[in-house]
Amino acid sequence: MVVGEIRVAINSDQDIVAARQKGRVLASELGFSSGDATLIATAISELARNIVSYARRGEIKLSGIHGSSRIGILVIASDDGPGIVDIRQALRDGFSTSGSLGLGLPGVRRLMDEFEITSQPGKGTKVAVKKWRQ
Amino acid sequence: MEVPILKQGAFLIATFQAALSDADLNQLRMGLVQQVVKLRSRAVIVDVTAMDVMDSFASRTLREIAHMIRLRGAETVIVGIQPEVAFAMVQLGLTLEGVATALDLEEGLAYLNEKFKITN
Repeated sequence: MVVGEIRVAINSDQDIVAARQKGRVLASELGFSSGDATLIATAISELARNIVSYARRGEIKLSGIHGSSRIGILVIASDDGPGIVDIRQALRDGFSTSGSLGLGLPGVRRLMDEFEITSQPGKGTKVAVKKWRQ
Repeated sequence: MEVPILKQGAFLIATFQAALSDADLNQLRMGLVQQVVKLRSRAVIVDVTAMDVMDSFASRTLREIAHMIRLRGAETVIVGIQPEVAFAMVQLGLTLEGVATALDLEEGLAYLNEKFKITN
């Protein structure tokens, strides 16, 4: 069961800060340790940054997951930007199309427990990540 | 959000706040280098104790600050990276290679005093 959805519109670098702060608060409310909340906030920061850098605008959705035996957090980053042509390449460390450090997607995958990406060139990108409480 | 830059003898100390945006970081980068030039500082301590997230942009900006200040002939020490932040940085594959780090402000000052043979 997914509860308490929080939506953060991502239009500027200021919104990156807002998204990760809201993510940290939600993670703490869900009972995540402060260390895990830092990992979650960092992942949100990278996902929001990708939206600003590549799509200019999009949205981060944050929600708690109350499973039968475990509690987790779900973060969905979505945009209607240019999309990713080669997802496998984008998931390799060190890959970047903008001369930056890269999309940070491999790093985000390491920070979280579950990672799912769908993207269509010209239509946009959606990244859904989950972390379960230890 | 303004980052306070304090002058302590031949050193500058910049204290980062928790919620710095990319624009704040860019502004700080320019501000610090300008102050180093203006005040003829020998070194800069960047205190990131309050930063709860160090993402790719923040760590790249820190590296750039350190490299710019080195080109100016001064030294940079990053102090106060929290254990959880360090863990997240390693997971993300972020490094501060070639940049001096120290546990906290006190250690950073001790490192620089030793390096520049300054006795208080």
